[in-house]
Amino acid sequence: MNGNNTAFRRTKSGALKAAIYFSAAVVCILAVTVAAVVLIKGLPHISISFLTEKPSLLKGTTGILPNILNTLYIIFFTMIIVIPLGIGAAIYLNEYAKNKKLTNLIGLAAETLSGIPSIIYGLVGMLIFVQFCGFGTSLVAGSLTLVIMTLPTIMRTAEESLKAVPQSYREGALALGSGKWRMLRTVVLPSAVDGIITGVILSVGRITGESAALFFTAGMANEIYGLAQAASSGNAGSTLTVSLYMYAKERGEFDTAFAIAAILLLLTVLLNFGAKYVQKHFSNRT
Amino acid sequence: MKKSAIIGAILSAVLLVGCGSTETSHTVSTDGSTSMEKVIGVLSESYSAKHENVKITYNPTGSSAGISAVSEGRCDIGLSSRALKDEEAQTLDAAVLCYDGISIIVNTENKIDNLTVENIADIYTGKITNWSEIGGDDLPIVCIGREAASGTRDGFESVTGTKDSCVYAQELTSTGDVIQTVSTNPNAIGYASTASVKDTVKTVSVEGVMPTNDTILDGSYKISRAFYFVTAKDKKLSGDAQKFFDFCMSKEADEFIESAGGVPTAK
Amino acid sequence: MERSVYAESLRGESSAVRKRDNVLRTLAKASDRVMATFFVICGFASIALVVIITAFLVSSGVPAIHEVGFKDFMFGKVWTPTSENAQFGILPFILSSFYATIAAVVLSVPLGILTAVFITKFAGEKLASLLSSAVEMLAGIPSVVYGLLGMIYVVPTVRNVFELPDGACLFSAVIVLAVMLLPSVISVSASAIRTVPREYEEGSLALGANDTETIFKVTLPAAKSGISAAVVLGIGRAVGEAMAVMMVSGNVPNMPKLFGSVRFLTTAVASEMSYSSGLHREALFSVALVLFVFILGINMLLNFLTRKGKN
Repeated sequence: MNGNNTAFRRTKSGALKAAIYFSAAVVCILAVTVAAVVLIKGLPHISISFLTEKPSLLKGTTGILPNILNTLYIIFFTMIIVIPLGIGAAIYLNEYAKNKKLTNLIGLAAETLSGIPSIIYGLVGMLIFVQFCGFGTSLVAGSLTLVIMTLPTIMRTAEESLKAVPQSYREGALALGSGKWRMLRTVVLPSAVDGIITGVILSVGRITGESAALFFTAGMANEIYGLAQAASSGNAGSTLTVSLYMYAKERGEFDTAFAIAAILLLLTVLLNFGAKYVQKHFSNRT
Repeated sequence: MKKSAIIGAILSAVLLVGCGSTETSHTVSTDGSTSMEKVIGVLSESYSAKHENVKITYNPTGSSAGISAVSEGRCDIGLSSRALKDEEAQTLDAAVLCYDGISIIVNTENKIDNLTVENIADIYTGKITNWSEIGGDDLPIVCIGREAASGTRDGFESVTGTKDSCVYAQELTSTGDVIQTVSTNPNAIGYASTASVKDTVKTVSVEGVMPTNDTILDGSYKISRAFYFVTAKDKKLSGDAQKFFDFCMSKEADEFIESAGGVPTAK
Repeated sequence: MERSVYAESLRGESSAVRKRDNVLRTLAKASDRVMATFFVICGFASIALVVIITAFLVSSGVPAIHEVGFKDFMFGKVWTPTSENAQFGILPFILSSFYATIAAVVLSVPLGILTAVFITKFAGEKLASLLSSAVEMLAGIPSVVYGLLGMIYVVPTVRNVFELPDGACLFSAVIVLAVMLLPSVISVSASAIRTVPREYEEGSLALGANDTETIFKVTLPAAKSGISAAVVLGIGRAVGEAMAVMMVSGNVPNMPKLFGSVRFLTTAVASEMSYSSGLHREALFSVALVLFVFILGINMLLNFLTRKGKN
């Protein structure tokens, strides 16, 4: 009886262990296959002219320079708005707000924002920025939509790192007679910079990979803009990810699509390492 | 303090530049039908080659989106692959840019070469469900179509008299997608703008007529529709936009339209 | 520079310095007040944004529901927005989204949790960090890339394996979704497992339980709330995914069948928005509103679970 029981226990535990190893193996194979397929199918189609030209129908060539630029513009526009906004909100939550209920409510609102799917952001962005504010389908409207989308991330990471700044720093600065803003600027924010950078990297990753929120807001044009043009209303443009969708679905040009996919994959890996490096770098220093 | 000053400077610079740039309007914006991508791409490229300071932008959003963009003043010229509805025609004008055949396409492995309009209607309404019924292999027929409100679908369904009665296996959102899907599925049949069809799929003749410029223009190829330039009635086009518009409507543009697979109007 | 000014003024040596110090102090106070106002505005931004988003969605989504009728809209089985007598029933979208989500979660949650167990309990440090990096990479891949891989590899494979006329169907969408959910399920459950105190496991081992028994009877139950949060998070992402599933599901508004072409709440909006006009367009806003309400419900559940986990 007893022997039976142990044997049963052993088989059961062996089976479970096998399941665990099997799952891990599946995930591994999946990751390797996805990366390998994308890189093998994509990398051979990347060339200098592919990266530095715009597509030409007369010559029958493709190039993704407009999309690279648009991605950079959208990242830039989004960041210059969302960084002050997100950090400001985190400072309010951590340094000013005293009412527990209120901070809970703000936290709830941020969580709600982070749970909203990007297709809804796209729609709302179209309603608010494209139509209501009259920016038209443009890079600006797309960036403003992404500001709402990335705000929770910046807020959360900034708040976490503000929390990690020891209370004694603040007390010390205040005791020396510095005003609250001066104290925040000179003591608290510099110590929280790692969290802020991590948040920024995460948001840049999210923006780079975003498509559904940009279709109806930033549009799908493949034009090369200067910074000034990019910042004015009515100039539509597709980011790398949106153009990947366009090349794959609208035109069936899979070589181009995979080339962009490979670039996006490498960017993702790079951003991941960046985030890790920042965290490591700063945790070593303190 | 320094940092915030720098950020402030950048912000205001961006704003200033952003506001300033709206004055230089050498941009002509077009917005609309995804089927017209190739035609408008070739036209704008050849026009820009002659007029270097003019930039023509194209936003492939769809016919209806293009029409509403013109009526809301968000672009200069709207591109539509369907005729204006009555309420739209009250405030907007539509000029025919060129004609476009709607090719009936099947997989390259398919033996079928010719279909009648009736065949096509029966296939899409589900009366014929196997290729063997019309002389092909014993394979089920998979009907690929476009999403509701697409100009191509509207054109196809009105010519074949299958409006609202099509039984689709897939409703795809673009011309390229239809071609791609048909090229990978031996059972499939689809319809797509003649201008966009590549040799990855096989075009079948309709009532014995293949879609060519001549057959589309003289109407012997049955399934075709027009591409329109849509403009606002109450607002004059800007100088550059008017010039571009005139260029596209001129005889000079015919060769470019043809090179993009469109059928120029008789002028 | 400024610091030395402060030091001098503290000693109160000259009246000129004191005057300057007064000016500085007023300036500092003013900037304090300005910045405080700025922070308050930032703080309330997220609340304001939620309110604005809700307002816009409700105001543009309700008219069509009103015009079609709530019952016909939510429970109508036919979606023919452009026909003569147009019908706007979104039950097919709701059910397709529902089934796809359940199926994807059922596939990916066990796989994800077991992998999380492997990463936290079985793998050595190197292997664990390698696997975590792989998972992070999967998490960072844009959804259109998953869609691209899905339409090129999954759809034809499904057609051949199941001998279907066409492979773009609910099943393909489920496969793609399941893969997309994996990374978040893995990372959230791994961090939930890591928070379980060592002592629990040591106690169990000391009582004679073997390692798998400990994991399944002690560790996982202790990490229950974190893991259920992972599941709910997965549900939210599956319901909200648009682009990837649009590329593999065929997009016909049929009532859901495992091997039939289907359209989801998200893809209904994404595929027809750019071509629609009039009531059709308004109805799409209503679809988005319904999706939004579902997501809010899921969010509330998630919130409840994470709160419970903290207590």
